[in-house]
Amino acid sequence: MEMVMFAVAAIIALASAVMVITVKSPIASVLYLILSIMAQSVLYVMLAGLFLAAFLILIYGGAILVLFLFVVMLLNIRYADMGSDSLGKLKPIAWTFAVVLLGEMVWVGTGVQAHFRGVDETFGSVPEVAALLYGKFVYPFELTSILLLAAIIGAVVMARKGL
Amino acid sequence: MAVPLEYYIILSAFLFVVGVVGVMISRNMIVMFMCIEIMLNAANLAMVAFSRHLQNMDGHVFVFLVMAVAAGEAAVGLAIIIAVFRNRESVDSDFLNLMKW
Repeated sequence: MEMVMFAVAAIIALASAVMVITVKSPIASVLYLILSIMAQSVLYVMLAGLFLAAFLILIYGGAILVLFLFVVMLLNIRYADMGSDSLGKLKPIAWTFAVVLLGEMVWVGTGVQAHFRGVDETFGSVPEVAALLYGKFVYPFELTSILLLAAIIGAVVMARKGL
Repeated sequence: MAVPLEYYIILSAFLFVVGVVGVMISRNMIVMFMCIEIMLNAANLAMVAFSRHLQNMDGHVFVFLVMAVAAGEAAVGLAIIIAVFRNRESVDSDFLNLMKW
């Protein structure tokens, strides 16, 4: 049962990720990425990351990708005249490197060979993650606010008219 | 039947390579940007899987921070794309050759 659920979620996540890079229309591309994110959140639930599963849908699907959608809508791109062949004669080298990278990563992955042991009911729940965020990792968490402030200032500067 | 750890790691590897290939073959800057998001998500999936395997929730905090970085990156990157579009009337990365070589 668990395996079937994993297979369905994994196939949806992977197939829609492939669709992101193959479809012509940028809008369809963003929507496929949202589908991929949803499927990945199912996997997070299966890995007992309940807080992160909710967070993935809310922040990734709900905020970041809607931002992408807004930009695609604002720019009104004529995608028809945009080809996908920018590599030229570097194409075989690029594909070779991609296949080698995949082979390496799958080889490392198959070397892991482990089954999950049981965890507490509370593993990955909101109070547990929050206790870590405000306890052990409080400084990185607070520094995130500076990062986001820098991102806000950067976005405002880039979006000004004179640039 | 329970799903072993390596299945998640292999799925994460496949997602990452899809992102890498997307960055290489795409000329649309928005699609290239989304491929970076795919790669970040692949790394996040591996981190959540290992976190579950080690029965230690530190990985969840890392995923949280990666999502914060992804949000900041998306905001700045999309602002750059809009600025480029305003100057060049295109999001084709082949037109951006001012600093090439």
